[in-house]
Amino acid sequence: KELTSKKRDEFEDILEERRLSSDLRYAMKCYTPVIYKGLSPCKPNAIKSAVLQSEQVQYVIKQLAKEMGESPDVIQEEATEILDEMGHSMQLGAVRFFAFTLSKIFKRLFQRVCVNEEGMQRLQHAIQEHPVVLLPSHRSYVDFLMLSYLLYTYDLALPVIAAGIFLGMKIVGELLRRAGAFFMRRSFGGNRLYWAVFAEYVKTMLRSGYAPIEFFLEGTRSRTAKTLTPKFGLLSIVMEPFFKREVFDTYLVPISISYERILEESLYAYELLGVPKPKESTSGLLKARRILSDNFGTIHIYVGQPVSLRTLASGRINRCPYNLVPRHLPQKPSEDIQEFVSDVAYKMELLQIENMVLSPWVIVAAVLLQNLPAMDFELLIEKTLWLKGLTQTFGGFIEWPDNLCAKKAVMSGLTVHSNIARLVDGHVVLNDKGVQDGAVGEIVFKRALAILMCATYRNQLLNVFVRPSLVAVALQMTRSFRKEEVYSCFSFLRDVFSNEFIFFPGISLKDFEEGCFLLTKCDAIQTSQQEIYPTDKGSVTVSFLSAMFRPFVEGYQLIFRYLSKETKEAFTEKQFIPGVRNFVFQLLEKGNTQCYEALSSDMQKNALAALVQLGAVKKKK
Amino acid sequence: MAAAAEEAAGTGGGSPSSARRRLRIISGHLRGAPRAPERETLSPSPCKAQGGSAGPASGSIPKKRQELLKWNGWGYNDSKFIFNKKGQAEFTGKRYRLGGMILPTFKEWIEKTFGASLEHKTTSRASLNVNDVPPSTVNEEFLQDLRATKISYSQDAEDRVFRAHGHCLHEIFVLREGMFKRIPDIVVWPVCHEDVVKIVELACKHNLCIIPFGGGTSVSSALECPEEEKRTIVSLDTSQMNRILWIDEKNLTACVEAGIVGQDLEKQLAESGFCTGHEPDSMEFSSLGGWVATRASGMKKNIYGNIEDLVIHIKMVTPRGIVEKNCQVPRMSTGPDIHHFIMGSEGTLGVVTEVTIKIRPVPEYQKYGSVVFPNFERGVACLREVAKQRCAPASIRLVDNAQFQFGHALKPQVASIFTSFLDGLKKFYITKFKGFDPKVLCVATLLFEGDREKVLQHEKQVYDIATKFGGLAAGEDNGQRGYMLTFVIAYLRDLGLDYYVIGESFETSVPWDRVLDLCRNVKERIVRECKEKGVQFAPLSTCRVTQTYDAGACVYFYFAFNYRGISDPIHVYEQIERAAREEILANGGSLSHHHGVGKLRKRWMKESISDVGLGMLRSVKEYVDPNNIFGNKNLL
Repeated sequence: KELTSKKRDEFEDILEERRLSSDLRYAMKCYTPVIYKGLSPCKPNAIKSAVLQSEQVQYVIKQLAKEMGESPDVIQEEATEILDEMGHSMQLGAVRFFAFTLSKIFKRLFQRVCVNEEGMQRLQHAIQEHPVVLLPSHRSYVDFLMLSYLLYTYDLALPVIAAGIFLGMKIVGELLRRAGAFFMRRSFGGNRLYWAVFAEYVKTMLRSGYAPIEFFLEGTRSRTAKTLTPKFGLLSIVMEPFFKREVFDTYLVPISISYERILEESLYAYELLGVPKPKESTSGLLKARRILSDNFGTIHIYVGQPVSLRTLASGRINRCPYNLVPRHLPQKPSEDIQEFVSDVAYKMELLQIENMVLSPWVIVAAVLLQNLPAMDFELLIEKTLWLKGLTQTFGGFIEWPDNLCAKKAVMSGLTVHSNIARLVDGHVVLNDKGVQDGAVGEIVFKRALAILMCATYRNQLLNVFVRPSLVAVALQMTRSFRKEEVYSCFSFLRDVFSNEFIFFPGISLKDFEEGCFLLTKCDAIQTSQQEIYPTDKGSVTVSFLSAMFRPFVEGYQLIFRYLSKETKEAFTEKQFIPGVRNFVFQLLEKGNTQCYEALSSDMQKNALAALVQLGAVKKKK
Repeated sequence: MAAAAEEAAGTGGGSPSSARRRLRIISGHLRGAPRAPERETLSPSPCKAQGGSAGPASGSIPKKRQELLKWNGWGYNDSKFIFNKKGQAEFTGKRYRLGGMILPTFKEWIEKTFGASLEHKTTSRASLNVNDVPPSTVNEEFLQDLRATKISYSQDAEDRVFRAHGHCLHEIFVLREGMFKRIPDIVVWPVCHEDVVKIVELACKHNLCIIPFGGGTSVSSALECPEEEKRTIVSLDTSQMNRILWIDEKNLTACVEAGIVGQDLEKQLAESGFCTGHEPDSMEFSSLGGWVATRASGMKKNIYGNIEDLVIHIKMVTPRGIVEKNCQVPRMSTGPDIHHFIMGSEGTLGVVTEVTIKIRPVPEYQKYGSVVFPNFERGVACLREVAKQRCAPASIRLVDNAQFQFGHALKPQVASIFTSFLDGLKKFYITKFKGFDPKVLCVATLLFEGDREKVLQHEKQVYDIATKFGGLAAGEDNGQRGYMLTFVIAYLRDLGLDYYVIGESFETSVPWDRVLDLCRNVKERIVRECKEKGVQFAPLSTCRVTQTYDAGACVYFYFAFNYRGISDPIHVYEQIERAAREEILANGGSLSHHHGVGKLRKRWMKESISDVGLGMLRSVKEYVDPNNIFGNKNLL
């Protein structure tokens, strides 16, 4: 057991036990998960027919039949098909198969899988008390496999997972389905029948307390390891039974899963640079077998405190709209409900961020990226130690054992991430092999690949640093010490980056004050009633912090430049991404910029979305 | 007037009434073979008031209420639960058939349910301390005018305290342990409509505050005097206006003075072979005027209707004058019905003096029944179906498991081995043979009324429906005990108070599709709030579906907990009750089905009827009573 920051729970390595005893016995163990106290036991098929017969689904079927002039039977048939496509069927055999196989795979891939046991105990209580919704962060496909594996290990009910993937993977898909995953089409915006069936399916399982429901607030895997802004659709579905008082309460459990090395890191980098990713297919997964020989370090899973939806909602919801319309009628959520859902989504993501474990390598990566192309090893160690301190001051949750010296920590990080950086003659350099030879374009691409991969790790720090850092950036940009001006610049930056980082909606001033507070805490600035100014010894911190976010500031500037110069009238999103990419690529080739991160399609999309929100760009239908 | 909300109390009275009949059948079954009904001689109370000038009839409740009724609790002085020397529970007195009976399992139930112990007894004061009572301040000029009218009045402390409260928990608690800050300064007893007119005129002349008082069974703080009221408060006790003025057999109506209490009304009508069929659980004590003022509901509303269905004509004295209609017709289209300004006005507009009410011939036959369901969900589904087919018997109620067990604990000692053997057999059949879980099952109690043949036919129809929902007929005995629970519970609260257990009932109405969710959530909320507020032992939190309608149901909750270790139990209690009401509203339930708003639930009025709605009511109040003579501050 290792001690971490005092407020947080201790971790336990669940693989340790696996390495000592038989996987087969583990897979065949007596599995009697605790269940919700109000559960009326039912089979997956009973749930399916309950969904199909529900007033909600029948209402939509009748409506559609009327509108399209079809017979309701035809639409009913369609609904059945939809249900079969997404429905899960929990089978213990499949669960045991997974328990066995995953034990083998995880032991090959990871050194340790660390879990806060207290969190698991809290979860166990929560499951018995009220319906539970698990909200893990999403960095990898491993996420939901790992979470199910974890719940099995702790003898908890396996979650039913709303995932929008794997529809193309026949065998694995079917196995996952039998282990409790159910599937949702990636996009079904216009299909009312699909939406009705899906929503009712989720709600039925929630109401009956059948099993914990799991989905990803971020909607998709974050390719950059930065938390993505939340999606609200699924969240509002799972909150509805409480709004309508069909359940007494619902627990939302934020879960932070962090990887010392992300399985898909290079795939992500390619994807961000616009090289098409391989389709998710079973054969693709098999090819990925070679990664089994690699070392992916440690996984940390922090199961947060279950949050009672009832507590969150107390005093916030006007109950009238739900009392005046029959509960089975589809109802567009009122504005205050929408706002509430959004607030809850952001709150949950912020909790995920708060409990996300940061490995030492994350700090090394952040230092390294400011010192390219090569950095003295000793200096790297020194800077890493300094940044570690700063991170802790800012509330970052670093997993750095007390007895581990900085040198060892950096070395171990370099070992696990030898594909990104290595030690050459006392200098640490990025692992962009073949940079010297090859065409200019090739060199730029390789370099971008290495930098984006490295950035993936630095990115994990950003949400911890974003408030003080944006104050630092604002200080440098305004070149003024007047609080008012700095704040207005901060507020502007916060709006511009609102898709890039996670800010709780609407509390700009509070974020600013928090940023100032943290900077004061580390003696970087002093504040008075009217003014903010950096202290003498704080200038290092301030410039480091603003340098940390420079790629974003410069990247956005490049994208804005592209938009104002290169585009005429209307353009499609499809044209936009390659357009910016080419534009930035050329600048990089000419050496006119060093901002490789502007090549990231993630940044490009975020920037565009921000412009739309700010009203600088208009979206046409 | 805002006095007679249906409280959780009594069927049965001093002499035969239908409630009394109910009890007789109950006890008959409890004792084994049914007995021939024994008729007590009753004092004939002929309708002597044809001219409207005769003196008051002698009602069951005397002018000096304290001579017959408890000053610090529910009901008659001689009727209460006690633990006898052997530590067994027993009900005293001879008024009810339960009187003198031993309840062998009750002690265990109360210990198990509340963690209460007979060794921990509270000490409350034994009698009213007259020195604590706020002095009466009455202007001498008014007294002179009052004397001139020859209307009876009193400034006696006991009389005034008795009329300063209803039967909310906090009111009883104050009686036992403290004193009200503000009570009426004077009690007046008008004996007819004209007396009321005179009193209201005097009140306007001298700028006094009138609080009408009927049966005193309010559970909405409606009778509490506003503490900040500086004017003289006149408690207008309607109890002496208790005559049936006439009976119209052709139209089946009767004109009755509003102060008559339920048991007297039924008793006197029965002499002519009629009844109103309006039986709120408080009918022994609550008055006709109170029913009108609170929009009361009766147990047998499925046959006879609620008060708004029963009333044909109302006469009310207001500071503006008398309000009434010009005819006694079944329905009229003359703008909004002014009766609906009066019904539910809770004593804020004036005094109801005379009411013409529908009457029916006394039914030939009555039969109780009960059905056991495997669980509450099935039971609710069955009640819904019964309502859908519009074949609800006179009364149909579904109690949850906790209340079923509660009812069981009130089973008197059985006399014969045979009966106890039969009971055992029944239990075996239901739990072992039919597989009902005794910790989950629930019971519906039924009351059929009408022609013998029709009752039997009706009974079959209802039992057939019940069978479809997994229900098993469980005999008349269980049904009767269920109804008995309703009247004893109010007496039980006084017993609980002796042993650190406080409790209350509250009610709501809710659409059918939300009944289950509301019941579950409200009960759960109570349990949680108790835990959060530091209540050591899990509370009793139980409900029953007590009335069915086409579009929904009325749900009644009982809630009680052991308050040992809590310094301010009443405050804690009120917080929990408030949370429970919030929960009801969030679940789509109403603020009240029949108890009324009073001062207890005022805070939710705006939410309940919207700003404009509240304004409409206010403007009526402003027109009718611009000087707020009827200043009990209820409702608005």
